[in-house]
Amino acid sequence: MDIFNNANDFLIWTRGTGFNIAIAIFIFGVLIRVLEILLLGRKADYSEPRGTQWGPGLKTIISRSLVDKGTLNRSPFVVVVGYIWHIGFFICLLLFVPHIELINASLGIKWPGLPSPVLDAAAAVTMFSMLAILWHRMTHPVMKFLSTYEDYLVWLLSFLPLLSGYIAYHRMINPYPMALGLHLLTVELLLVVFPFTKLMHAFTLFLARWYTGAMMGRKGVES
Amino acid sequence: MSTLTLEKGINALKEQIDAPVAAFFSSCVHCGLCAEACLFYTETGDPRYAPINKVEPLRRIWASEFTLWGKLKKLVGLNKTVTDELLQQWEPLIYDGCTLCGRCSMVCPVGNDISTMIRKVREGMVASDHAPEGLVGASTRAIKIGSPMGVRLKALQAQIKHIEADTGLTIPVDVEGADYMALLSSMEIINFPEYIESLAKIFKQADISWTLSSEAYEATNSGIQIGSSDIARELVQRVVDGAEKLKVKYVISPECGHAYTAIRWDGPNLIGRPYSFKVVHILELLDQLRNEGKLKTTGQFDKRITFHDPCQIVRKGGVEAQPRNLLKQVASNFIEMEEHGKMNWCCGGGGGVSANERADEIRLKAFKRKKSQLDEINVEVMVTACANCRLVLEEGLEENNMDIPVIGLSELISDHLTEE
Repeated sequence: MDIFNNANDFLIWTRGTGFNIAIAIFIFGVLIRVLEILLLGRKADYSEPRGTQWGPGLKTIISRSLVDKGTLNRSPFVVVVGYIWHIGFFICLLLFVPHIELINASLGIKWPGLPSPVLDAAAAVTMFSMLAILWHRMTHPVMKFLSTYEDYLVWLLSFLPLLSGYIAYHRMINPYPMALGLHLLTVELLLVVFPFTKLMHAFTLFLARWYTGAMMGRKGVES
Repeated sequence: MSTLTLEKGINALKEQIDAPVAAFFSSCVHCGLCAEACLFYTETGDPRYAPINKVEPLRRIWASEFTLWGKLKKLVGLNKTVTDELLQQWEPLIYDGCTLCGRCSMVCPVGNDISTMIRKVREGMVASDHAPEGLVGASTRAIKIGSPMGVRLKALQAQIKHIEADTGLTIPVDVEGADYMALLSSMEIINFPEYIESLAKIFKQADISWTLSSEAYEATNSGIQIGSSDIARELVQRVVDGAEKLKVKYVISPECGHAYTAIRWDGPNLIGRPYSFKVVHILELLDQLRNEGKLKTTGQFDKRITFHDPCQIVRKGGVEAQPRNLLKQVASNFIEMEEHGKMNWCCGGGGGVSANERADEIRLKAFKRKKSQLDEINVEVMVTACANCRLVLEEGLEENNMDIPVIGLSELISDHLTEE
């Protein structure tokens, strides 16, 4: 078989079987992790509440996306680059027309995307911000001290889909099915490790913020 | 404490894991922002003081016992274990380098309440015999004598006698059926008896029916500081018994930070039931009296004055507006520190740090944070609402040759009461 057939087979696998396996691990893994947390529950609190829990909990889910002035002043780099990377990542994931078409094909929902040149720039900025964060992680005394192999693995597995997508979009690897297949494979790797790593924060931060907001709200403290 | 073992410590840590803790550990991305919110990191630059690092023993227990992935790792021996060496290494981080001020919990972008987790780690530390000597001593005195500082009823009675002779006021003791039962901290009895005098003056003017209890006057709770629910429960129970015996409607938590956390928020959960009385902080009560027009003051303090928010009363207690309302009534030149209220910086001595002699050096280092806050606003006087903050501030100010007197808020109010 020549390279074109191999590339096509590779793409067919990553689009089909590979993708299904990854999605299954992702969904079951995330469900188990979330249930593992929720089933632990909380003990009854007998102290007389000063405020409510639900409202402040929900408010904290929103408010913790905004930075307090002191933290911004003391850690401008992490805050600014953190915003850029997260926003950039979601732009690339959700506003690239082929991604929207894929979602529409499987879930039947769609929304308008951004023009390709804008996406191209967003991807470049996002990758650059990730490199900056990596450099910061390796040099800042606290981040360097706190970082484990998992932090670097997760960085790599989050970076690869952006890089492979960029390469595929610019036809930097030939044949194209090979480039696209590689892009899908990196996405699948990310999905597979997701439930076992700190990537889970994408889901659990809603719980964490809610619990903290609720516990503080009960005491009449805004968080 | 020879019966304390690693096994007990690990079991105590396991008991601390609940849904919030699991959500917090699952969410941490090691961004390091909590470090910048911690005065022990900002003033030392030592990354070990990053708040999230302090909870590593608890994280290990959570990871290997409460997650499927961790259990699998444990099966093949890939999990990180909790050992006596680990706990020994972590002890100074947990006790000397954390005042449980809760500032980290306000800035964590994923919303982790890290300070609550550090409080939980202390349970494991106590159970495995890794608590600092200073706090073990204070807790032992609290249980045996009734006060972490060894203050006995006789000392209180002597102070009462002095105040009554000086002022002609009566300090009611063991009055059954009074509306309010006031608690005191040992530091107030010994170092700041003017607090007792202030209560007597203010309550007389406002015509409040109140009493002290000879069996339950101590508000401080070393169990909360060292992190032992068993000790904390016994000390809370004494207050509950005293209040129920005198059939009071309210118990007043004094100008003491952790005493408020102990009696207001943790107490009912320690004894496993709601109280038959309500707990109010003295600042809440004074502000209520102000609202009702029962706090009549004359004149205003005109020096440049700022308020130091005691962490447990404000950030972790929710009493933030009241001290400001009160100050506005009696001070014409009240200036806020830039980061204040729920974002205030700790004095450095809360959470048992000031009772732990080993931590003296790092506590004074951490005080530099408060010093720089004060340098920015150039005040002449500080007011606070916690006897422990007050002592720690006084020592820090003296150490840094800063001539700023520190006074208690109740005392400031009482000094401006309209003479009748």
